[in-house]
Amino acid sequence: MRKLAIGSFSTLLITLISLLPSEALAAEKLDSGNTAWIITATALVLFMTMPGLALFYGGLVRSKNVLSVLMQCFSICCLASIVWLVVGYSIAFGGGNAWWGGLSKAFLAGVTTETLSGNIPEDVFFMFQMTFAIITPALIVGAYVERIKFGAVVLFSALWLIFVYAPSTHWVWGGGLLADLGWASESLKGYATMDFAGGLVVHANAAVAALIIAKVLGPRTGFPNDLRPPHNPGMVMIGAAMLWVGWYGFNAGSALAADGNAGMAMTVTHISAATACLTWILIEYIKFGKPSLVGIATGAIAGLATITPASGFVGPVGALVYGLASGVICFYMINVIKSKWNIDDSLDVFAVHGIGGILGILLTAFFADTSLGGNGLPEGVSMGTAFLGQLIAVIVTVVWAGVASYILLKITQAIVGLRVSAEEEIEGLDITSHGERSYDL
Amino acid sequence: MKYIVAIIKPSKLDIVREALTEIGIQGLTTSEVSGFGRQKGHTEIYRGAEYAISFVPKTKIEIAVSDDIADRVIESIRETAGSENIGDGKIFVYELTDAIRIRTGERGEEAL
Repeated sequence: MRKLAIGSFSTLLITLISLLPSEALAAEKLDSGNTAWIITATALVLFMTMPGLALFYGGLVRSKNVLSVLMQCFSICCLASIVWLVVGYSIAFGGGNAWWGGLSKAFLAGVTTETLSGNIPEDVFFMFQMTFAIITPALIVGAYVERIKFGAVVLFSALWLIFVYAPSTHWVWGGGLLADLGWASESLKGYATMDFAGGLVVHANAAVAALIIAKVLGPRTGFPNDLRPPHNPGMVMIGAAMLWVGWYGFNAGSALAADGNAGMAMTVTHISAATACLTWILIEYIKFGKPSLVGIATGAIAGLATITPASGFVGPVGALVYGLASGVICFYMINVIKSKWNIDDSLDVFAVHGIGGILGILLTAFFADTSLGGNGLPEGVSMGTAFLGQLIAVIVTVVWAGVASYILLKITQAIVGLRVSAEEEIEGLDITSHGERSYDL
Repeated sequence: MKYIVAIIKPSKLDIVREALTEIGIQGLTTSEVSGFGRQKGHTEIYRGAEYAISFVPKTKIEIAVSDDIADRVIESIRETAGSENIGDGKIFVYELTDAIRIRTGERGEEAL
């Protein structure tokens, strides 16, 4: 009996041990609910660029350039998709070392319909991330509208994805440099940058490139005193509203699961946007006496960009603070960049996305804490330590985006040139670059 | 015959048209125009930046009338398009030498 008992005990042990790996495998089992949500979120994020961002930017330029803006966004969408398949995804998520993910997943090598990333198919994860790789270079469009050569848009966007966006994504989300800041300080051992949906990866990166391009390219003819106003604020509103809806996919999709974390990300995203809108038009009302449609739409984007890095970490009351802060600070920074720095970042990419994204990253060090209504900082990490970590991540991101963007811009300038001729600029890019006219007046 | 051209505020077009129809005007032509007068332009503010709008949108009305009602037409436009504010517009009056109805070939006042 006893021998039998020992025998059955050891059998049980063996069974348990043999179960362990399959238990571990069980955690990697495909979750159809999560998969369904991420496929949906992917469609929502693509919708942000086409047509959301394209219309938002298109309405802000003059009627002779609206098609060129739509065309730039459309082309970047197609181009980024191909670059993402060829090398982008691999550089970002191919494993590799701290600096880049290598080329092991170029052309999605080794990925089949059975391959999983967490508990969703890797092809779904690839597509979800692709839509982020699409919108990020498209955000930069706002800096160079109405005067850039189309060829420069294409070449720069492709290079920029490979050398700035993909590595930066690897650093933050692909297990690279900023996913463990132990190299910077002993207290930051194991500290991963809190950037839930891309305050640094998407917004700060794009905005730094935007500022550099605007500076190198020079201002639009007539800047700053002799410019024409946005040609279609209604189009701006339609685009902003589409961006807002798409942002649910962007932020709540970044939970990579259909769960309460995604739900709260969606909640804080919405609250921050709404608060920033009201803040923006209140400032306009106080300063100019008239709350404007372009103002409320811009406020929405500022609030959305600012909550982006925080969306999976903070609570709804924190979101009110994000919205309020983004409305005030982004509004103020538009004037600083255009009037004080005298840089024609034409559609205010840096003031809205850069300042918003960085502000969101830094605020998250505080509002992620449970004492301020967040989901909690990592075990044993104080607000001060988190702030240091977030700040280092900002510096690394901004410095690399700045230096690399400048070099890539110079390469682009040498190969295709950057700016259209003065006559072409006056005539408008719609006719001179694309041979089309938007409004037959 | 007189050819009357009036530059008015776009918002006044409907009541001007009603008043002219009451006088018995058979037809008029309108177009959207922009320009400036003593009103100069105005400024619009987008994202905190002021934009000078030097050409203000206006509506241009053109009417061909017989001499006997020309003064009543002018008076009527003045009464309805005016708000006693700067920017109400102007009325210009030309001598009209002929008019032809394309369908019938009638000429002069017959064609109005």
